[in-house]
Amino acid sequence: MAFPQPRPQAPQLPQHLLRTIDCRQGAVRAVRFNADGNYLLSCGSDKTLKLWSGSKGTLLKTYSGHGYEVLDADSSYDNSQICSCSSDKTVILWDVGSGQVTRKLRGHAGKVSCVQFNEEATVILSGSIDGTVRCWDTRSRRYEPIQILDEARDGISSLKVAQHELLTGSVDGKVRRYDLRMGQLHVDFISSPITCVCFSQDGQCTLSSSLDSTVRLLDKSTGEMLGEYTGHKMKGYKLDCCLSSKDTHVLSCSEDGHVYCWDLVEGSLSLKLPVGKAVVQSLSFHPTETRLLTAMEGRVQVWGAEPEQTDDDDTMAT
Amino acid sequence: MASDSESEEDFVSFGTPLEPLEEDEPLKKPIPLHEQTVKDEKGRYKRFHGAFTGGFSAGYFNTVGSKEGWTPSTFLSSRQQKAEKQHARPEDFMDEEDFSEHGIAPSQITTRQEFSSSCRDETREKARAVNAQNALIPGDTLLEELIAPAKSSMGVELLKRMGWKEGQGLGPRVKRKSRHQQSGDGSGSRVYGCAPPIAGSEDSEDDDDEFAPQDVTFAPKDVTPVDFNPRVGVQGLGYRGLDPGLALLGQGAPEHIDLFKPLSETRTRLFGDAPRGSRRGGVAGQAFGVGALEDDDDEDVYHRDSMSRYDTVLGGEEPGDGLYGWTAPQQYKNRDRSRDVSYVGKILDGFTLAQKPAEEKTIFPPPTLPPDYRPVRRFRVFSLTGASPALAEALRVSRGHMVQDEPQPGGRHQLDSGQRRTLLGEDVLQGPSSVLDLLKPEDRKRLLNLRNSASQPPTTTESKDMQSHAESSSSGPSALSNTASFVLQQQQEDALASWRGVQTSLQIFKPFEKTPSKQARYELYLDRLRQGDKDALEQSLDSGMTEWERSREREEFVRASVLYRPSSSSLSSRFTRAKHQEDEDTVEVPQDQEGDVDDKKAAVKMKMFGKLTRETLEWHPEKLLCKRFNVPDPYPGSALVGLLKVKRDKFSVFNFLTVTETKAPPKSPEPVKKSRWDVSDQKEEKKKDEALSELLSAARHQTETRPDQMSAPAPPAPSSRDQTQTERNQRGQEEEEEEEESRPPMDLFKAIFASSSSSEGDSEEEEEDTKEEEVKPEPQEVNLFNISKVVIPAVTSSSTQNQPTDVVRSQTWTQEEFGPKLPPPSAAWGRGEATPLPREVDKLSRTSNDKKHKSKKQHKHKKDKKKKKHKKHKHKGKPQKKSKEESDSSSGDSDEDGHHGDGQTLADNLLKRLKTMRSAQTR
Repeated sequence: MAFPQPRPQAPQLPQHLLRTIDCRQGAVRAVRFNADGNYLLSCGSDKTLKLWSGSKGTLLKTYSGHGYEVLDADSSYDNSQICSCSSDKTVILWDVGSGQVTRKLRGHAGKVSCVQFNEEATVILSGSIDGTVRCWDTRSRRYEPIQILDEARDGISSLKVAQHELLTGSVDGKVRRYDLRMGQLHVDFISSPITCVCFSQDGQCTLSSSLDSTVRLLDKSTGEMLGEYTGHKMKGYKLDCCLSSKDTHVLSCSEDGHVYCWDLVEGSLSLKLPVGKAVVQSLSFHPTETRLLTAMEGRVQVWGAEPEQTDDDDTMAT
Repeated sequence: MASDSESEEDFVSFGTPLEPLEEDEPLKKPIPLHEQTVKDEKGRYKRFHGAFTGGFSAGYFNTVGSKEGWTPSTFLSSRQQKAEKQHARPEDFMDEEDFSEHGIAPSQITTRQEFSSSCRDETREKARAVNAQNALIPGDTLLEELIAPAKSSMGVELLKRMGWKEGQGLGPRVKRKSRHQQSGDGSGSRVYGCAPPIAGSEDSEDDDDEFAPQDVTFAPKDVTPVDFNPRVGVQGLGYRGLDPGLALLGQGAPEHIDLFKPLSETRTRLFGDAPRGSRRGGVAGQAFGVGALEDDDDEDVYHRDSMSRYDTVLGGEEPGDGLYGWTAPQQYKNRDRSRDVSYVGKILDGFTLAQKPAEEKTIFPPPTLPPDYRPVRRFRVFSLTGASPALAEALRVSRGHMVQDEPQPGGRHQLDSGQRRTLLGEDVLQGPSSVLDLLKPEDRKRLLNLRNSASQPPTTTESKDMQSHAESSSSGPSALSNTASFVLQQQQEDALASWRGVQTSLQIFKPFEKTPSKQARYELYLDRLRQGDKDALEQSLDSGMTEWERSREREEFVRASVLYRPSSSSLSSRFTRAKHQEDEDTVEVPQDQEGDVDDKKAAVKMKMFGKLTRETLEWHPEKLLCKRFNVPDPYPGSALVGLLKVKRDKFSVFNFLTVTETKAPPKSPEPVKKSRWDVSDQKEEKKKDEALSELLSAARHQTETRPDQMSAPAPPAPSSRDQTQTERNQRGQEEEEEEEESRPPMDLFKAIFASSSSSEGDSEEEEEDTKEEEVKPEPQEVNLFNISKVVIPAVTSSSTQNQPTDVVRSQTWTQEEFGPKLPPPSAAWGRGEATPLPREVDKLSRTSNDKKHKSKKQHKHKKDKKKKKHKKHKHKGKPQKKSKEESDSSSGDSDEDGHHGDGQTLADNLLKRLKTMRSAQTR
């Protein structure tokens, strides 16, 4: 980086549809990259969790064992384990190779809406609409959570872990950041119910989308707002948002069938990716490359920054 | 006879003469050999062994063995066991019975001579000598004393050095005279136990009395200790062997044997005094018969003892009347005959009159009753001053059945508390003076009636009441509205009665705090009530409101005023307020519930994120969690986990929103309040009025005033979406209004909550059903409280899109209580097919079929869903429009559509604008 690189432009946005995967598992509630981005996980409303090859889009494994629709999933850093959560109030730890249930963690009083491994996959953190985050120990045989974080006044809609920090977004309109190292809880009040929270890749910012159709970028340490991204529609559904792999762009699902992509610094809409007519429910950005996963209804679409430029006008059909 | 005796004396005969042989007696047969046996001294047969030896049996049948056989002694090497070398003495091989033959004394452990007699205690010896007088051979100790060498101990030596002489007593020298006198007294006294036997010794001094000079003192007489030697003989108690005194001196046996002074006589004799009685020769005693020298033959030689000679009772002689033991000896002895004389009655034999007369119990006579006394207790419950005159009169009358007139207010006990208060000069307490004052007049009347009817047969008024009640109940639903209004009327009167004349306006509960204008109206109403205004309600209502709203508000106000009426105020005057408010209405809650949401909200509105919206709290992670995260425990010493606890208001729903593992999934705080979710402005209603800064308050003012002004929506929302925003706001406000007005009372909430939670607990897995149950209470509520809200779906379009949308509908419906909904699985089906992505058309169509199939299946589960719900949303194809507001408000439908259209056009506009923006940026 001897000289400042030119500002990332359109080519670096995942605006080209590479593949569409019909998951055949009902509505895809969430789609996730694995830790290195080579595989995809799709959570279906037909109680299954599917593992796909990222490059070819072939089905590798189907994990069935949940009692109701799967809402979220995460893979461990070493790709050996998958955790998933479901409306059946359970969190399941899967063995990737065998597809067997390693552990079924019960304890939540309601739908478990989000789940996440910590970095070493020693703890599973799950957030539920019962307003609690439960920290499950994967190392011991205990079936009780290590700790229950019941500070939220309403359901937990989203949850992210970065190193020693835990970020939760709750329907009570607050973003809570639990700092384990400092032993502190930072609560940022964002009035509107939070649908999704993210850490930025550099770990300095938090991104939170809320039901007032706004995505906000907050400074992690002070809570000041660094950016506000609007234009999309997020009124009633729990939709995802994320940051691009290089923290250059903010992406959010929208209820109008598009994925909105804003420039992080300027806050201007840089791309409005038409995914379909229905609600774009989930999206996931590749951890390193410019690759995006979107989930709409029963399909998962893989978007990439392909060299051949597609026409914006074409995709932006009303 | 005398010659005979003399002739006999001439022959001396030796030996035993044979018995005279009688001729005709047959000769004795010689004893055969086998009958000639030899027996030893123990009567055992002895057998002869051997012809020559003539010896008797030796050993075991003339063997050296034994019954068990001969066992040679085992060889013992003397080298090792030299110490055990035994020196056999001749006695070892001899029988015990042979010892005496060979002059061998039986060996016993005895005191050796030099030890036994070396240290002779003189007094001891003397005592033994004295006691030895009882022995059969008297005087042997004396002999021993004579022979034994005099050896004195060190103590004796010392005493001798000090001038003591043998035979003297120890102690200061005394005059003879006093001692003599003392002895004279002592002879009469009876001494029991171990008292020193002094009698004899004193007697022995009698001869000194004649020449006792006045100034000569003498050493005290030596004291002879008692010689305690155990009785070893087989004789009985009181046996005396040969009493030398008796035997030799011829004294007759005493009439009475004194067991406790057995030695006195002998002692006197021992110490050399002359026997008093006549001296008689011969030996007398039990062991001996009458000696040859005994001259009187008629003396009782053989001792015949009789129990009469022994004392059977300790103590003195009993009097002869045989009454001894009936009463105490003392009283028996010194009884006073004079009392007996004075006693006229017959004294029982063996009884005497008591010494002290028994204490007489004084019994007081019962008090004489006043002539007008009636044994009836009067209860003075009421002070007649405070009660209504009618009641007082009634009470007086009722009491008058028993009492003719009022008791005179004379006695202290007849004063009631009020009278005593006036006497004491205390202030009159505020408030009612009796319980009856707290009752309403009609209640009081009823009470009176009850009182009266206790004696009378049931009055007709009651039956009339019953009749009317029955009538009203039987009149059916048509009368319901009438009764409802009647109830309202009743309540109103109640409220009026209770509020009238209440001066204190402070500390009134504010039920409508959320809407200041309503609260103001309510307070106005209360004010009028206080003034006793009959139609306070109508006047205080806002005339600008619709009839329906007014009727609702009327109802609410009346209910509130009855609920929170100052009935406590009449009582409260009796109590003083606690100095320290009990914090019973606070509860320990996590710290993060602190904070003013209001200011934060305002800050959010102003987009002033940062300090205002940020809250940093101390949070204690579990140790294990830190370990798993590879992070040191930030609070190593603390056992706390989670947030610090602070005290908070107890009456918050959130405080009780703790979820246990087994419990049914909890709902978000107010499930019925649907708009919590997507209408962010909703929360503003909960705020307290506290300003952080001018800026904030201004901002808040902007947001708070909105709900009250129906017409003017707030103008927020910058940039492109302001149009939609305003629309949304407007709609949100409307909802808020309705929401608030239709807020049912708390018990209804409870009912809803309870039912839903229980039903959920039953079947958690079948979410469809439970969800339905959860939803059910809502229409009910609508019926009860908000008639306008009852949704009658008018749209009855039957399209092919029916089922998918139904599914969608149901799903969104089931989820809407809990947070951001999940998008429908195949929401935009109809639309999606029409405009799929170009490349994916074929795929999509295929999947769409699957989808449809699936959704149909799903729909089967939800068949029992309410029809109106289905129908209401049938005409809508857009899933993203399924927000909650639609479900509740019928007006929302049209709104929704319009909004949707706007949204579409808006989006287009927006896109165009954005495009231009982008192009402008890139270039």
